[in-house]
Amino acid sequence: MSKKVKCALIGPGNIGTDLLAKLQRSAVLDPVWMVGVDPMSDGLKRARELGIKTTDQGVDGLVPHIKGDGVQIVFDATSAYVHAENSRKVIEQGAMMIDLTPAAIGPYCVPPVNLKEHVGKREMNVNMVTCGGQATIPMVAAVSRVQPVAYAEIVATVSSKSAGPGTRKNIDEFTRTTAGAIERVGGAKQGKAIIIINPAEPPLIMRDTVHCLTETEPDAVAITQSIQRMIAEVQQYVPGYQLVNGPVFDGKRVSVYLEVEGLGDYLPKYSGNLDIMTAAAARTAEMFAEELLSGRLTLEAAAA
Amino acid sequence: MTSALKGRKVTLHDMTLRDGMHPKQHRITLVQMKSIAQGLDAAGMPLIEVTHGDGLGGASVNYGFPAHSDEAYLGAVVPLMKRAKISALLLPGIGTVDHLKMAHELGVHTIRVATHCTEADVSEQHITLARKMGMDTVGFLMMSHMNSPEGLVKQAKLMEGYGANGIYVTDSAGHMLPEDVRARLGAVREALKPETELGFHAHHNLAMGVANSITAIEMGANRIDAASAGLGAGAGNTPMEVLVAVLDMMGVETGVDVFKIQDVAEDLVVPIMDFPIRIDRDALTLGYAGVYGSFLLFAKRAEQKYGVPAREILVEMGRRGCVGGQEDMIEDTALTLARSKRTA
Repeated sequence: MSKKVKCALIGPGNIGTDLLAKLQRSAVLDPVWMVGVDPMSDGLKRARELGIKTTDQGVDGLVPHIKGDGVQIVFDATSAYVHAENSRKVIEQGAMMIDLTPAAIGPYCVPPVNLKEHVGKREMNVNMVTCGGQATIPMVAAVSRVQPVAYAEIVATVSSKSAGPGTRKNIDEFTRTTAGAIERVGGAKQGKAIIIINPAEPPLIMRDTVHCLTETEPDAVAITQSIQRMIAEVQQYVPGYQLVNGPVFDGKRVSVYLEVEGLGDYLPKYSGNLDIMTAAAARTAEMFAEELLSGRLTLEAAAA
Repeated sequence: MTSALKGRKVTLHDMTLRDGMHPKQHRITLVQMKSIAQGLDAAGMPLIEVTHGDGLGGASVNYGFPAHSDEAYLGAVVPLMKRAKISALLLPGIGTVDHLKMAHELGVHTIRVATHCTEADVSEQHITLARKMGMDTVGFLMMSHMNSPEGLVKQAKLMEGYGANGIYVTDSAGHMLPEDVRARLGAVREALKPETELGFHAHHNLAMGVANSITAIEMGANRIDAASAGLGAGAGNTPMEVLVAVLDMMGVETGVDVFKIQDVAEDLVVPIMDFPIRIDRDALTLGYAGVYGSFLLFAKRAEQKYGVPAREILVEMGRRGCVGGQEDMIEDTALTLARSKRTA
C-alpha cells in the first residue's frame, strides 16, 4: 500500500461526517482522528464504527496525539468562534489547518483558482471561504482571466434544509466573506454576494448565478471557452457542478446559471452547497498531501 | 351606518418610496422623492418607507441599480420631515448590519427586517442590533400565504423573541383572500405579547388590498401598509388614498387628511409613473399563482428578449416554489422554456 498523509477532523457534525467519507476514498489521505465535544454525538459514534480514533475532549484531546500519530493535516468544521484557538494549537504541533469555518484567519482557497499558489507558499492555514464562494468564484475567475471585471455579483440559493443554524445566525458573514473572496480570489474589482434560502419541498438542488460586468465589451468566444474549461476543473472534484444556462452576454454583463448537485456521501444530493465545501477541502488536502509525500513540502511547527 | 371599528387607531405606513421603487426600476429621482415625502408628511402620514425596492443594499445586477444610493435617498428625505418618521427595509442575505448602522446614523426611525415566512431565524442578528440601538424594530414575514397560520405563529414568535416590537404578515404575492388574512392575522395576534404590534402589507393583484387591510384591522392589526396611487410591485400595494377614505368612513383614526392624500396621489405620484399601475394579465397571474410581486417587470423584459410569454415564466416560477429575491431565476427560467420550445 502506498503511503498516505494522516489527517484529523475537528467537528463531527454533518460537514465533518461527509468530509470523512470523502477522505476515506482518497489515495493520498488517511483520516485517523475525529474530534468532538459531546460523548453522545452521533458523528463520533459513526467515526468509531469506521475504526477512526475519537475524542470528546475537543482540540485538547487531539493535541497530545498529533505528533505521535503523525497527523499532518487537520480540518476544522466547527465554528468561527473556536477556530482561532483550534488553529493555534494544531499549528504549534507542526500540522497544517484547513479551515471550513467562516473564521478566515488564513488566505482564501478556491482549488481550481489559487490552490497551487497556496501550496507553493507553504501556507499553514487555508480557509475554504463559503459554499457560495466555492460554487461561484471559479466562474468569476474564468471571466477575469480573459479580461478585467469591474464588478461581480453572485446569488446563491440553497434549500432551507441545507442551511444550518450557524449560517442562519450569522448570515452577514456569508455575504461579507463571499464578497471579499470574489474580489481577492475571483479577481473582480468590486464583489457582491446575495444568499437566498428556499424552503420548497422536495428540497431544491443548490443554484448559483454569477453576473460579471466587464470593463470593456466582453469577448464572448474567449469567455465561453474559459468558463467551459473552469467547469471541467470543478467537475473533477464536484461531478454534479453544471452549467444550466448561459453564459448570457448582454452589453457588458456576462451571466452564468449553475446548479450544484452533491455526491450524496453523507449529506443528501440536494445540498450541493455543503458537498462543494467538503469536496473542495478534500481536494485542497490532497494537493498538499501530494507535495508532502513527494518530499517537495515539509511542515514546520510554529514557534510556541 | 356605524362601524365595529369606530374609534380604533391605526398607524398607516406609506410604501410609495420603497415598494414603489419596483415599478420605477429603482430610478426615482431625489427631487421626486423629496417632493412626495413632503407631500405625505403634510398630509399627516406618520411613517414613510424610503429604500431600494429590495431593501438596504439592494443595489445590484440582480434587482437593479438605483438612481441614487440608499444613503443619498435617506440623507435627502430624513431632514425634511416635520412630523413623519422614516423607515427602511432590510432583507438578511441582501443587506447587512453595516447597512442597518448606516440607516440608523442617518436618522431612520423604523427598521423592518424581512425574511421569507418560514426562515425568520436569519433575522436574529439584525433585529437584535436594531433593538439595541433603540430603533422601532419590525419583523416582516414575506410571502405569508406560503405558511400555515400555525407555522406563521412560530416564525412570528422567533422574531418577537429576538426583540421585534412589531410583526408583519406580508402578502407579497397579493394572493390572499379575506379568509386567509383572518386565519393568519388572528393566529399571530393571539400568540404575540399584547404590547407587540401587528401589521399587514398587501398587494392589489386580486384587487383585495383594501378589503384585506380592513380584515386585518378587524383581526387586531394596528399598522397597515399602503402606497400612494398604489405605486408598488405587481398591481401595486393597497392604494393609500382609497384606504384613508374608507377608514375615515368607518371612523378609524389614522391622522391622515382624506383630501390631501388624494392630491399627493394625483399631483405627485401618478405623473411619475412609467406605466399605469393596474391589474393586467401578468399582475393578475402573480396574485392567482401566488408569485412574488417584484418578478413582474423582470418577466416582462424576459418575454421581450426570449419570446416566452411573461405569464408562462411567472407560472413556472410559482411551480418551482421560488421565493422573494430569486429574480435571477427569471432569465434562467425564460432560457430553459425557450430551449424546450425549440426542441419540442
